[in-house]
Amino acid sequence: MSGADNAIEVRDLFVGNGDLTAVQGVSFTIPAGGRMGLVGESGSGKSMTALGIMGLLPAGWHVRGSVRHDGVDLVGQSDRQMSKRRGRTISMVFQDPLSALDPVRRVGRQVTSILRRHLDLSAAEAERQALDLFAQINLPEPARILRAYPHELSGGQRQRIMIAMALACYPQLIIADEPTTALDVTVQKQVLRILDAAVRERGSALLMITHNLPIIAAICDSVAVMYAGRIVEAGPVAQVFRTPRHRYTQGLLRSQPTMDNISFDAGARLPAIPGMVPPLTDLPPGCPFHPRCAAASALCRTRMPPFEGAPHGAACWHPADGAGEAP
Amino acid sequence: MTPLLELDAVTQAYPLPRDRLFGPRRSLTVLDGVDFAVGEGEAVGLVGESGAGKTTMTRAMLGMETPRGGAVRFDGRDLREMGPDERRAFRRAVQVVMQNPRSSLDPRMSVGRSLLEPLRALGVAEDHAARVREVIGQVGLTESALARYPHEFSGGQLQRIAIARALAPRPRVLIADEPVSALDVSIQAQVLNLLKDLVDELGLSMVLIAHDLAVVAYSTSRVSVIAGGRIVEQGAPRDLFVHPEAEATRNLVDAVLTMEDGLAGRGLAAGAAATPPVTSHQARRGR
Ligand SMILES: Nc1ncnc2c1ncn2[C@@H]1O[C@H](COP(=O)(O)OP(=O)(O)OP(=O)(O)O)[C@@H](O)[C@H]1O
Ligand SMILES: Nc1ncnc2c1ncn2[C@@H]1O[C@H](COP(=O)(O)OP(=O)(O)O)[C@@H](O)[C@H]1O
Ligand code: SF4
Ligand SMILES: [Mg+2]
Ligand SMILES: [Mg+2]
Repeated sequence: MSGADNAIEVRDLFVGNGDLTAVQGVSFTIPAGGRMGLVGESGSGKSMTALGIMGLLPAGWHVRGSVRHDGVDLVGQSDRQMSKRRGRTISMVFQDPLSALDPVRRVGRQVTSILRRHLDLSAAEAERQALDLFAQINLPEPARILRAYPHELSGGQRQRIMIAMALACYPQLIIADEPTTALDVTVQKQVLRILDAAVRERGSALLMITHNLPIIAAICDSVAVMYAGRIVEAGPVAQVFRTPRHRYTQGLLRSQPTMDNISFDAGARLPAIPGMVPPLTDLPPGCPFHPRCAAASALCRTRMPPFEGAPHGAACWHPADGAGEAP
Repeated sequence: MTPLLELDAVTQAYPLPRDRLFGPRRSLTVLDGVDFAVGEGEAVGLVGESGAGKTTMTRAMLGMETPRGGAVRFDGRDLREMGPDERRAFRRAVQVVMQNPRSSLDPRMSVGRSLLEPLRALGVAEDHAARVREVIGQVGLTESALARYPHEFSGGQLQRIAIARALAPRPRVLIADEPVSALDVSIQAQVLNLLKDLVDELGLSMVLIAHDLAVVAYSTSRVSVIAGGRIVEQGAPRDLFVHPEAEATRNLVDAVLTMEDGLAGRGLAAGAAATPPVTSHQARRGR
C-alpha cells in the first residue's frame, strides 16, 4: 500500500511511443500537502511525465512504472476509472490556454458548465460561483468577461479563465503545467497566491511545472530538474537553488534575468547556456548534457553519471560544490 | 531623437454588445490618448499588465487597425496619407515577432517557404533565396532548417525562425510582442541576446513588449509603462525600478519575483501588488 501520507509516489516512470522514450526512469515522491517544482527545458519530458500520471497520453504512447496515488497504482487504472478521478482527486492546469477554450462559446458558459457538472450546482449558483472565481483571480469587470467570447479577451485574461476552471473543484493534487507562463507579473503573483491558498486550504499537494525558477522558489518546497527525459538534480528548493550541483542547474540559474542579477549596462549579455537540448532520438553517449557543458571530461562523454546523494542528489561526474561556481 | 515610428495621441475603442436589444450603443476604450515613439537605432521597452493595451498598440503601429483618434506616423508621414507604394514600403519597414511562434508560422509550409512568402508579397527586389539563407544564419540556425516544417522545431528554434522571417525584408523597426514569454529560461536568454545583437549590429530600431520588467530593463534604454490604455510613466529602466512613480509601475516592480525573496519564504508576500489593480482608468472604461 502506498503510504497514506504521500500524495503521490512515482517510481521508475517511462513514457514512450515505441520510437522514442520521452521519460526515462523518473522517480519522485510528493508528501501530502507538499509542493514540488519540476523544471527543465522544453522537450525534457516534463509534460509527458504529467500526462503519463494523468492517463492523458496521446494515442500510441504508453507508460511503464508505478504511480501510487490515493491507495491505487494509477498506471493500472482503466480509462473510465481515470476519467472519474480527474478533476476530483487530481486535476491539471494545461500549458496551452487557447486549445482548451471553445472559441464559439461565451467563457461564462464554459466555466459554469464545469461547476454544474462536478459540483451539481444550479445555473444561478454556478454563475455566482463563476463571478466569485473571476474576482478571486482578479479579472476586472467579471460581468463583462462572463459574456465575452475567448477572442475578445487578452491572452492573459484567457489564461486566468483556464486557471479558474481548474481550481473550481478544489482537487487533492493539482498538476499545473506552466500555468502562469502567459500572465503578466502582477497577476502572476496573485494567481500564485490563490494557488498557494487553495493548496494549503485543502491540504492538497502541488506538482508545479514551470521554467520560471523564482516561481518555484516562491511556491515549492522541493524541486526536480529534468534534462533529456531524466531527473538530473533534486532536493529541497533552497539547497538546489543556493548550491546547485549539476552543471545544467547552474547554467539555468545564471541565465534567468531576475531582479537579483539584472544589469542595466547596454553592452551586457545574459549568460546563456550555449546550444540546445539534443533530440531524444539522437542522444549523445555519456551525460546527455556534455555537448553544452564547459566542465565535460572524457568520462562525461562516455559514461552516464549515476544519480547520487540524498536529500540533495545529482547525476553529474563533476558536481559543483560552491554556489554557482564556474568549473 | 527624431521618431521613426510614432503614435500621437492614439485612441482606440471597440464596440461592446448592447445590454438590451435597443439599449444604448456602448464601446470599450482600449487606448486613450497614447503617445509613444521609437527613434532610429533605438531599443525601447513597453510594459504593462495583461489587457493594458500593449498588443492593441502593436496592431496600431503595424497599421493593421486604424485608430479612432490620433495619428500613427512613420518617418514623419501619417499612415492615412500614404499612397499604395508608400504603404508597401511601410509594411516592409515595420516587422513584428509575436509571442507564440507556433501559431504565427503556418504548419503546412516549410520554413523556407514561410520566409520567402513575405519577400514575394512585399515585392522585395533582391535574390529572395540568398536573402533567406542569410537571415537563417543570422539567427543562429543552419540552412538545413529551410527544408523542414514547424513541428520539427522546438519553441526557441521557432522563435528564431520567426525573427528571421521578420528580418528578411530588411525592416527598420522590429516590434517584438512578448517574444520570450513562451520560451524556456535558457532559450529566453539566447533570444534576448540575439535581439540585442541584431539591434546593435544592424542598427535596427526595436520595440520590446513584455510584462516582465526584468526582461525589458535588460534589453532597452527607455521604457514606457501602459496601464488602462494610457502611458502612465516613461523613463530609463533603472529609474523606473528605483523610483517608480505611477501606481502601475510600482505594482510591476513589486510583483517581480526574486530568487532571494522566494527562498526566504516571502516570495508571495503582499506588496503593493496585493491590491487588485483596478485603476481609475479601468473604472472609467466601458462608459
Ligand atoms: N477585438 C476586440 N474586441 C473587444 N475587445 C478587445 C478586442 N481586442 C482587445 N480587446 C480588449 O482590449 C483590452 C486590451 O487588450 P490587448 O490585447 O491590447 O492587451 P495586452 O496589453 O496586449 O495584454 P496581454 O499582456 O494579456 O497580451 C483588453 O481588455 C481586451 O479584452
Ligand atoms: N505528440 C507527440 N508526438 C511525438 N513526440 C512528442 C509528442 N509530444 C511530445 N513529444 C516528444 O516527447 C519529448 C518530451 O516532451 P514534453 O514532455 O512535452 O517536454 P516538456 O514538457 O518538458 O517540454 C520531446 O522530445 C517531444 O518532442
Ligand atoms: S556529468 Fe560531466 S558533462 Fe554532465 S553535467 Fe556533469 S560535468 Fe557536465
Ligand atoms: Mg511542456
Ligand atoms: Mg498582448
